[in-house]
Amino acid sequence: MPARFDEMHTADAGVRAHYGTYDRWLKTQPHSAMQARREEAEMIFRRVGITFAVYGAKDEDTGAGNEGTERLIPFDLIPRVIPRQEWVEMEAGLSQRVRALNRFIHDVYHGQEILRAGIVPAEQVLNNAQFRPAMMGVSVPGDVYSHIAGIDIVRAANADGSGSYYVLEDNLRVPSGVSYMLEDRKMMMRLFPELFSMHRIAPVAHYPDLLLETLREVAPAGVTEPAVVLLTPGMYNSAYFEHAFLAQQMGVELVEGQDLFVRDGHVYMRTTQGAKRVDVIYRRVDDDFLDPQVFRKDSTLGCPGLIDAYRAGNITLCNAVGTGIADDKSIYPYVPKMVEFYLGEKPILNNVPTYQCRIADDLKYVLDHLAELVVKEVHGAGGYGMLVGPAASQAEIAQFRAVLQARPHNYIAQPTLALSTCPTFVDAGIAPRHIDLRPFVLSGKSVQMVPGGLTRVALKQGSLVVNSSQGGGTKDTWVLEV
Amino acid sequence: MLSRTADHLFWMARYMERAENTARMLDVNYQTSLLPQSADKAEQGWRGLLSISELDWSFSRQYSEVTPRNVMDFMVRDESNASSILACLRAARENARAVRGALTTEVWETQNQTWLDFKGLLREDSFERDPAALFEWVKLRSHQSRGVTAGTMLQDEALHFLRIGTFLERADNTARLLDVKFHALAAEYFGAGNVKESQEIDFYHWSAILRSVSGFEIYRKVYRNVIRPERVAELLILRPDMPRSLAACMNEVVANLRLVANEHSGETLRNAGRLRADLQYGRIDEILSTGLHAYLTQFLDRVNDIGVGIGRDFLVPVALVAA
Repeated sequence: MPARFDEMHTADAGVRAHYGTYDRWLKTQPHSAMQARREEAEMIFRRVGITFAVYGAKDEDTGAGNEGTERLIPFDLIPRVIPRQEWVEMEAGLSQRVRALNRFIHDVYHGQEILRAGIVPAEQVLNNAQFRPAMMGVSVPGDVYSHIAGIDIVRAANADGSGSYYVLEDNLRVPSGVSYMLEDRKMMMRLFPELFSMHRIAPVAHYPDLLLETLREVAPAGVTEPAVVLLTPGMYNSAYFEHAFLAQQMGVELVEGQDLFVRDGHVYMRTTQGAKRVDVIYRRVDDDFLDPQVFRKDSTLGCPGLIDAYRAGNITLCNAVGTGIADDKSIYPYVPKMVEFYLGEKPILNNVPTYQCRIADDLKYVLDHLAELVVKEVHGAGGYGMLVGPAASQAEIAQFRAVLQARPHNYIAQPTLALSTCPTFVDAGIAPRHIDLRPFVLSGKSVQMVPGGLTRVALKQGSLVVNSSQGGGTKDTWVLEV
Repeated sequence: MLSRTADHLFWMARYMERAENTARMLDVNYQTSLLPQSADKAEQGWRGLLSISELDWSFSRQYSEVTPRNVMDFMVRDESNASSILACLRAARENARAVRGALTTEVWETQNQTWLDFKGLLREDSFERDPAALFEWVKLRSHQSRGVTAGTMLQDEALHFLRIGTFLERADNTARLLDVKFHALAAEYFGAGNVKESQEIDFYHWSAILRSVSGFEIYRKVYRNVIRPERVAELLILRPDMPRSLAACMNEVVANLRLVANEHSGETLRNAGRLRADLQYGRIDEILSTGLHAYLTQFLDRVNDIGVGIGRDFLVPVALVAA
């Protein structure tokens, strides 16, 4: 039997200490009560409009119109609980990792010492589609590039029944999901207030405060009262709710590209009282769409001239342009070495062992073990374009083998981790489902984060894919203070 | 405030107000249609409702007959009709969604819930069973929308643009209602056309008009007298203390425009102020002697000009444009 690790239950069906109080409470809850709470949660989420857009999808209720593409993210009632000591270690590891990654990005666009030292192969960086030559030599405030990082962490079962945390991937461009973390908590406090008096759960609601502080800290030099805005692609973007939510919570303007313009090297927004200077843009628009003069010419989501203003140091973009070079899957295997190289420290968080298909020995191993491995496209995201060996049919594996052989440099492979499970309230009752964790790490003058993060859960039995676009849901994440 | 944000707020308020006024007009027609009357006259009432909104043509493209059911369907839930309650509530909600960050949580949730519940009501077919209850519901949700706005929002530009939208739309809607109803019912009194029959001015019709703007009780309180058309006109045009009158609406428009004034908006403010002064110092006998229809037509043109001016001075011309 393959190794398994459940966050709540031990292998012999006991309950882990940090779930003890919750377990006793849960045993007193009839199924019907939980069912009623779930329906209540759905109703509230719909009223609040906590939805994400699905491209090309049509809503089941045919009220018709644009709202047809709004879906609720399934929310699960059973929290994922993290004991304090585990979080303390994880937090130190996250802080360390993100500091190293920011140092790496700065290095790549300046001295490239890590390339000259031969620790990361130069061609892996310089020939990478995510490398932005436009950023060479550009200084950014505090040398911080990824101000908001989402680090995906999983726990995998070891053969002895214990579990170990691994970083699955770094999201350093425009990571999303933090609004679900905040709304899930609000919902849990509303549905189950008694649980919050029974536990000491670290609060997370101050995240927008930390975010605003971070954004203000990285304003261009000499700006004491920076005007911060949040740039969204607009209301039809899948994460629009989050953009509007964060802008509102921080009290900053939510702008679209059409609201901005550049004059004399400075960025302005069009207001009812004329043009107003902008100093910091928390942009939720990908690099490619930021400035049609520099990147994609057909983009209407950005602002012409923005990059010139940026290079001149008159505007701060959060995250910086070009951070994709550090979260590309082909660069991922080198992150532990970055920690050692830049910080002189031993990495606290582990990487998942990774085979780089561009290396002949690795490719041979991967081809021989396809049925056991997860193979990912180097530049892929959102759970698309990957092969989960143990779940794939012979035909799918054969098909993927051909693709892999044709373009080996385009893929990495990892052992199929026995992702930890967490009890989840599904139609049939309470059953274990696989989960991951995305903590959000903020880097300004210092590195800060709120305890925990967003726990995503694969609602389909046996599924390992937690992305919301592929049927994933979310859970509240509790870091216990004692 | 972003120009685009102001634009969405302005239109959010306009669409909500329009939904309410459509419900009001449908309600009064529906109530009137329960009175004993000739089929001609009943049809005239429903036709009048279409012409208020300048929808005769698009209605006749889809429906062969002017029946209460057809007109109500068209005005309540026809997606192709941009002035239907369905379309207005959707547009109000979409505009709100575009700027939900500029609204308080309560304002957004009210708008969103209205839309979700309205779709639910249409699905349940409660509208067929009891149209009056649906109209009442729309009015209530509009009251709620205004109330939560006034009760929770910071009194800054966002609120001012919402108010401008509400009262500009209401001025427009009240003027249209008056025009069509007087045109239809009292042609001989106000020189709007030839006298077809010696029509007795029906108490029920005048009181229905008053009721459609929640003005029946106000009329009694203000005049303490029998219901006369010229007094109805005076109440709905000139009384500054009647909340749905043209004078009251223009007072609000001018007051809020002043609060958001910028360096370009002088001319628009001047136009609005002048229109308000005309109402403030106008007399109903003068208005009636020059012809109510002509007066209201001119009023609507001037309100429209003010709307265009506001767009030019403050708002960005974006995709979401009103009908």
